[in-house]
Amino acid sequence: MSDLILPDYRVQTDAVRNRFARIKKRPVTMEVKGVSKYFSSKHGTITALKDINLTIHKREFVCVIGPSGCGKSTLIRIMAGLEQASEGEVRLDGKAVDKPGPERGMVFQGYTLFPWLSVKQNIMFGLRESGYNKGSAEAEARQWIELIGLSRFENSYPHQLSGGMKQRVAIARALANKPKVLLMDEPFGALDAQTRSKMQSHLMEIWKNIDVTVFFITHDLDEAIYLADRILVLKSNPGEVQEIIEVPIPQPRHPDQFLTAEFLATKKHLEQLIHPANQDDDEDHLNLIRMVPVNDDVGSVF
Amino acid sequence: MSLFSVNKPLNPRSRKTVTICSFILPILLWCVVSYVPFIWHPMVEITQPGSVSYFRENMLVDKVLFKTESINAAEKGTELPAGIPANPVYLPAPHEVVKAFYASFTTPPTRSSELWLHESLWSSLQVIFYGFLLSSIIGIPLGILAGTYDFFSRLFEPFIEFFRYLPAPAFGALAVAILGIYQAPKIAIIFIGTFFQQVLIVANTTRKLDPALLEAGQTLGAGNRSMLFRIVLPGILPDLYRDTRILLGWAWTYLIVAELIGTSSGITWFITQQARYKNFDNVFAAIIIIGILGLTIDLLLAWLGRRFFPWQNTN
Repeated sequence: MSDLILPDYRVQTDAVRNRFARIKKRPVTMEVKGVSKYFSSKHGTITALKDINLTIHKREFVCVIGPSGCGKSTLIRIMAGLEQASEGEVRLDGKAVDKPGPERGMVFQGYTLFPWLSVKQNIMFGLRESGYNKGSAEAEARQWIELIGLSRFENSYPHQLSGGMKQRVAIARALANKPKVLLMDEPFGALDAQTRSKMQSHLMEIWKNIDVTVFFITHDLDEAIYLADRILVLKSNPGEVQEIIEVPIPQPRHPDQFLTAEFLATKKHLEQLIHPANQDDDEDHLNLIRMVPVNDDVGSVF
Repeated sequence: MSLFSVNKPLNPRSRKTVTICSFILPILLWCVVSYVPFIWHPMVEITQPGSVSYFRENMLVDKVLFKTESINAAEKGTELPAGIPANPVYLPAPHEVVKAFYASFTTPPTRSSELWLHESLWSSLQVIFYGFLLSSIIGIPLGILAGTYDFFSRLFEPFIEFFRYLPAPAFGALAVAILGIYQAPKIAIIFIGTFFQQVLIVANTTRKLDPALLEAGQTLGAGNRSMLFRIVLPGILPDLYRDTRILLGWAWTYLIVAELIGTSSGITWFITQQARYKNFDNVFAAIIIIGILGLTIDLLLAWLGRRFFPWQNTN
């Protein structure tokens, strides 16, 4: 990678620049204003998040990456209303968020399907809560099941499904409530590489066709670049915004773009942000490994 | 050795065999102790009293005593007593218990005021049923409330935590004073024995429900009421059912105490009565009946549980 001559990640083609201009003209869906979060522990106060500011426009796809412990999960939980910010506030369509609600659908890494409900009943759950009668909720759920391609499994229980299928049901369950924002906390983190890339295309397809804004946490750089319009990069201790990157890759996205110059340029920049070049700790360990005696017929693997 | 691999299930055939062995082995041990004369048998059953004045036929005497009397008789040159090795009266042989098992259902009670065995059993089952039902009707909702809302947890649990250390049998006299001498105080003892444990265990089970499910429910728009009835309750149901099965076992233990309070009745009355007459074969038969009843009810509940909760993929 280091030998390649890559453009600067900030260089955008006209098409991409125009698209961002159009996005910025759209109404603001969600606003994070000066959000900080402190946890008090025996050893004093820990600052999990410090003064986070972010404006998300309608139907934008925003990814968040950052090293573990940078507070990305705390941020999404505050946006969902599952936790309260110590300072600042989150606004949805101008109204402050104070508790969880169906207009902010959430998809968790651990699927969190209700194990006692079938696929269909899981998707019907939110619909029934929002006052649909049984018949119309069922009809609506069927449509979602068809959309996620699980018609054969509508009466199966979650334990009978694979991880990818479960997460598709979880996404459909959240989207059935017609949320304004879909919050996704490392939703594909537990899936194998192949299923994950299928799920990514699947999610893109849904996002293209449904009026929803997506806020997506991941630790996978490729995933972030492939999916996002903009990437929010957090750093840890304390969790602060390091940079907000406009991804210079034209939409609609396609897996071929993984090897384009813009993609690699963005990835290189993200790598530098997430893994800065001081690897002294690792050097020590590698030196120790060299001291381990090797009794092997093959002298060197190189 | 495939029979001893850590954390690996046995193949179905060995599993069945081992399960059967779990019953066969204790029975086999019992048979060996009962039927092999040189194992244990510390007594001698007299078949021929001989010249020993206080020996009677079918009398059980200590082995040592029998030996001394035989030596005495031999020295005096009088007729020798004869006998066969026997176990004490409190360890009847399997075949005697089997006979007693059959006979206990077919022989009428010695006095007309007394109950048949099956009537005693029925009375015991009723005491357990009502005691346990009453405890569950109050205890399960309280436990779920305490497990769901911190408010109720603080309100109920400290006192219950204290109360559960008070032994249920200690309330026997009080229960009789308040509730009379018949079934009511017995039901009360079963209630006291199970209720306090039940609240705490159910509260704990409720607290163990995956909090992510509650959060998922909240983000799907579930209100307080829905959270309780559409998530907490169905979410804990299989564990609640399992808890109830375990607690039912406890209720059986308290039954024995409960039935000694006020007028003796039920299976415990039968057992104490038979022990008083030294009919230990009947005592064993009755104990085995309790075991069989308990196991049958538990297996039935386990089987029903699998039908009730098809979403659980555990076997």
